[in-house]
Amino acid sequence: MTVSERRPEHWVSPEPFDPQTTEILTPEQERFYMASQWRLMWWKLTRHPLAVVSGAFLLLLYASVVFSEVLAPHELHERHARFIYAQPQALHLFHDGEFIGPFVYGYKMTRDLKLMKRIYTPDEDQIHRIGWFCSGDKYRFWGQWEARLHLFCALETRADGTEKVMPIFLFGTDRLGRDILSRIIYGARISLTIGLIGIAISFVIGLTLGGLAGYYGGWVDNVVQRLIEMLRSFPELPLWMALSAALPVTWSPIGVFFGITVILGLLDWPGLARAVRSKLLALREEDYAAAATLMGASPARVIGRHLLPNFMSHLIASLTLSIPSMILGETALSFLGLGLRPPVTSWGVLLNEAQNINAVATYPWLILPMVPVVLVVLAFNFLGDGLRDAADPYK
Amino acid sequence: MFTYFIQRVLIMIPTLLVISAVTFIIIQLPPGDFVSNEIDRLKLEGNPAAAQKLLYMREEFGLDRPMLEQYAVWLGIWPGAHGFSGILQGDLGWSFEFQRPVDEVVGDRLFLSFVLNFTTVIFVYVVSFPIGVYTAVRQYSVGDHVMTLVGYIGLATPNFLLALILLFFAKTYFGVSIGGLMEDQYIGQPMSWDKFVSVLQHLVVPVIVIGTSGTAGMIRRLRANLLDELQKQYVVTARTKGLTSTRLLIKYPLRMALNPFVADIGNLLPQLISGSAIVAVVMSLPTSGPMLVHALQSQDQYLAGSFLLFLSTLTVIGMFISDILLAVLDPRIRLGAEVSR
Repeated sequence: MTVSERRPEHWVSPEPFDPQTTEILTPEQERFYMASQWRLMWWKLTRHPLAVVSGAFLLLLYASVVFSEVLAPHELHERHARFIYAQPQALHLFHDGEFIGPFVYGYKMTRDLKLMKRIYTPDEDQIHRIGWFCSGDKYRFWGQWEARLHLFCALETRADGTEKVMPIFLFGTDRLGRDILSRIIYGARISLTIGLIGIAISFVIGLTLGGLAGYYGGWVDNVVQRLIEMLRSFPELPLWMALSAALPVTWSPIGVFFGITVILGLLDWPGLARAVRSKLLALREEDYAAAATLMGASPARVIGRHLLPNFMSHLIASLTLSIPSMILGETALSFLGLGLRPPVTSWGVLLNEAQNINAVATYPWLILPMVPVVLVVLAFNFLGDGLRDAADPYK
Repeated sequence: MFTYFIQRVLIMIPTLLVISAVTFIIIQLPPGDFVSNEIDRLKLEGNPAAAQKLLYMREEFGLDRPMLEQYAVWLGIWPGAHGFSGILQGDLGWSFEFQRPVDEVVGDRLFLSFVLNFTTVIFVYVVSFPIGVYTAVRQYSVGDHVMTLVGYIGLATPNFLLALILLFFAKTYFGVSIGGLMEDQYIGQPMSWDKFVSVLQHLVVPVIVIGTSGTAGMIRRLRANLLDELQKQYVVTARTKGLTSTRLLIKYPLRMALNPFVADIGNLLPQLISGSAIVAVVMSLPTSGPMLVHALQSQDQYLAGSFLLFLSTLTVIGMFISDILLAVLDPRIRLGAEVSR
């Protein structure tokens, strides 16, 4: 008979108690229980493949903004006088049933004297292969360094075996013979950043005013609430239009850019402020908020350190959902000619050329800049929906 | 109910006042005014006589007075050059560019704007209600998935681009122009039955274009609300008691989900009015949008101001109606408002 079997029922082991030994977690369970909030959110987000794909797509686009000059086959303002309103070139792989690799056919131009317009048709005799990392139009990288490197270009092989860089217009050209694809790539710079800067502005305003209203309540809350109601009863676009029309004509294009961004940001915060306010109203009654106040924390610290992190993830999700409205706002303003003006190039400025329906009917590729707009807005919506779902990983 | 109504009307007055003030500040924002710019131009051209006439206009419209006084005159609570004549007296001011009173320039544009927006609101509700209910009741069915996809695309496509695409297809494939709000022969004519029919026919495309994104949003929200309600205990209880599903749906959850649906007009209306302004430019509708853009560009301040004020007032009135509707629908709201007093 061993000692343990003779123990009385009320015997308590003198060993220190360690719950880990009695309830052993499997490695997966442990990984799950020990994970941080942000890690859990990431796991939950990966359950929405559409959101992840959209996020990756947007990351890629934002990364492309850094290298616009290299990615674009042509320079932003490069005019090709011989190719006015040239139609988009199609990418081919086979010529006469023979595999060549990616290539485009050159243009054959005929003049239609009756309609007074030039007609470009693909010329099957000219085969321009796609070359990678070749030197083409000269540009200044970030406006600073002169360079010629382009990701891709069209190459014509001459009889003597040398190769010559030919213009390539995968999306066609506009009325000045500028490559639309290149202009879309450059336009992404303005169109994508305007959303981010605008949202940053509205984030700061919304957080501050919503925070004040929710934390203090009383008359502060009343004033902010009335302000929100007033702002919301203005139809957004006409107000944007009026404000951007008020920007002085003498401002430089960059000045106008910042002016428009500020206008977009200044009017977009009410939704955010409302969300912050209602959350804070509930959270400020929690014990830990009272504890922090009693320990002498300033209101700014209580809000910023103890209350905000509670719903930061929700805020990020709703921010993601409101970036598209900024991008669309800029596009609409520039489309109407009230927003950005050339030489600043954004997708809205490009679409401005498509305002005339007769031009669009004759040269339909002028509305191609709408494709990236729709894609980006869709991607932000999908990502935002996924984030909103993932924002509360403990549910 | 009556006190709530009065209360709600009283809240509208300060709101409208602030809106008029903001509108006035905005139209005053650009440096200089139309008349000063014109005077500068005429002086450059060496035509001081014409400049003299404009100087007279400056006085006539009180452009040389202090801002606050100008605002009061514009609003009609302070005597101007010819006594009280401002917005409150129904005088919208003078359009410098067209050299005519604003109400003559505007014509029936404001009315047509109203008709367009009103029809669009009706369209949005009529279309989104059945679809929203269907997608919630038949969650994850094929129809639900299709509508979700369509809804996403509807939300993501800016309506002015949608208008452009429709115009493009109509032009290339049918060879017709679908712009405008009536046949050319009725432009400037007084309202008649034929004109009315013509307007109705031309309304279809713009209403669909402007209403699409609003409808998509409405469907999504109604679906979410109804799904929340359908999971609640009382639905299970009613079901176990043997209520048929249609009767159950209409009797309880639908009524609950209807509240946010009606309240949503507060979000919907500014969005629709914004949308209609830009779509009108693309489709060249004779509503306030195109002229507003034009007036803003040429700093025709009273014309622009009238349009801005009109559009904002439309929104405020819309919200007022939705609040009243809500109070009729839901006793908690009107009683809550009275209790909190």
